[in-house]
Amino acid sequence: MTLELRHVSKRVGAEMYIYESSLEFREDGFNILLGTTLAGKTSLMQLMAGLERPTSGEIWFGGKNVTGVSVQKRNVSMVHQQFINYPNFSVFENIASPLRVARLARAEIDRRVGEVSEMLRLTPMLDRRPSELSGGQQQRTALARALAKDSDLVLLDEPLANLDYKLREELRDELPRLFRDRGCTVVYATSEPTEALLLGGYTATMHEGRITQFGETATVYRQPADLLSAQVFSDPPINTATVTKQNGRFVLSEAVSWPVSGNQEALRDGRYAVAIRPHHVTPFAQEKNDVRIEGRVLVTELSGSESVVHFDLGGQTWISQSHGIHAFEVGASASFHVDTGQCMYFGDDNELLAA
Amino acid sequence: MRRFTWLVPTLYILFLMLPIYWLLNMSFKTTNEILGVFTLWPREFTLDNYRKIFTDPTWYNGYLNSLSYVVMNTVISVTAALPAAYAFSRYRFLGDKHLFFWLLTNRMAPPAVFALPFFQLYSAVNLFDTYIAVALAHCLFNIPLAVWILEGFMSGVPKELDETAYVDGYPFWRFFVKIFIPTIAAGIGVAAFFCFMFSWVELLLAKTLTSVAAKPIAATMTRTASTAGYELGLLAAAGTLTIIPGAFVIYFVRNYIAKGFALGRV
Repeated sequence: MTLELRHVSKRVGAEMYIYESSLEFREDGFNILLGTTLAGKTSLMQLMAGLERPTSGEIWFGGKNVTGVSVQKRNVSMVHQQFINYPNFSVFENIASPLRVARLARAEIDRRVGEVSEMLRLTPMLDRRPSELSGGQQQRTALARALAKDSDLVLLDEPLANLDYKLREELRDELPRLFRDRGCTVVYATSEPTEALLLGGYTATMHEGRITQFGETATVYRQPADLLSAQVFSDPPINTATVTKQNGRFVLSEAVSWPVSGNQEALRDGRYAVAIRPHHVTPFAQEKNDVRIEGRVLVTELSGSESVVHFDLGGQTWISQSHGIHAFEVGASASFHVDTGQCMYFGDDNELLAA
Repeated sequence: MRRFTWLVPTLYILFLMLPIYWLLNMSFKTTNEILGVFTLWPREFTLDNYRKIFTDPTWYNGYLNSLSYVVMNTVISVTAALPAAYAFSRYRFLGDKHLFFWLLTNRMAPPAVFALPFFQLYSAVNLFDTYIAVALAHCLFNIPLAVWILEGFMSGVPKELDETAYVDGYPFWRFFVKIFIPTIAAGIGVAAFFCFMFSWVELLLAKTLTSVAAKPIAATMTRTASTAGYELGLLAAAGTLTIIPGAFVIYFVRNYIAKGFALGRV
């Protein structure tokens, strides 16, 4: 059963939460809503679940218009960012609660709860209260409840955001396995581009209440439809600058220019926005990093395996991300090497013209 | 300096307990001893005062009357406040903040203002001198209080809990009764306790709205004092017994109250 949003919008008071959006979700993989906080991911999920009614537009599910159908009558489950469980129920009753409401036979409830708690390694905790569990176990309980229900639509609203690093990695690996072959549509909201790439499937990038692009995750990442989508789907933030195309070259500044290649030749001469991901800007020369730029170092962040350097390039902050430890003196001038083959060029309306 | 840190709390507790000790002390004395000599403990220890209260219907009925309308009031106040507090904590509607504030101002109004209109109104509908009259009158200040306390506790429960329950298929009322109320049980305990206490100690409205059948203990105490001279020992015993229900209720909700002080409104 597929979930489809048809010209859906949501306004609360004078504020637009969701601008008119249409989207058809896929069943053969995670549907990821990627956007920063306040991008409208949760609002959109509330519309999909039926917790809120859209101001305009229709929601279709499995070929039926479910716009006015109450949430209780839809077969949906949802996991929130906070660990939400019923504090007065045991873990077993928490997982069983949607089944009890649906008046399933006791044997069937026992079987299903046993199955999912085994899958999520909750079996030893079934008699405890949620408050006696660790954060990871609490979120597992919430996931188990969503799984036990066997719903047609599963909404995961940043389920891993409040977990610590180790647990997050662990659960993130488990998630696609848990929902595989269940024949349900899974929508997963996250603010982390890395998470979207790791979970694969399909990604919709969101920005301030608009869906800017939807497609296969890898495609959205490689070919952003516009500058906004590229910005949303980049961590650290994507580098942008203005270049002028003239005489078969892109000119960034007097000293920095590079030749036009491939489909870029079709572009007319003029000004374009250029964007390049931080890992294509390195402090050392590589075979493809052919163009050298100079900038004043603002901040350096060193982790064990990589260096992130923020530098000032003609009034704009650029970021270089590279393997190894490359220390720079803050305030000093440094040179970086850009793989101009990875540049993306955007037009006046920020639409992608050439890559 | 360090060695005297016990001094201030000890003095504080001493001063705090002194009147209660004196009340207890007097309740075991005869009126003659109270009026005649100054003694730190009863010279002629007597239980006559208590015996009189527990055997004389005009006395023990006072307690039963008070307890009846206090329990009624507590039940009504909390039951009415639960949905109201839920609305204030979960929904935004026109004038919600003003309405909330207005509710609180009722708590601030002196009961004397309402004594006369209440007397007239309750008489007109033949509710004068009934438990329910006093129970309803006390709702005037107990419902706002309960709404205020419960709203604080409810706002501490994430809205996502409601959403999760709806997604799981719970209809509103089933969620409210089976999940939400147990979740804020501590808040209900605290609200009930305060309703109980305020209704228990309120004298003016209770006295105005009753004559014989529903006369509260506090009224019994004042009336006896004025007709039969000063039976101080008896009064002290009645006073001691009046403290007991409050102490009893506090004992049961003590954990909730501690939690309430940490979490919610109180």
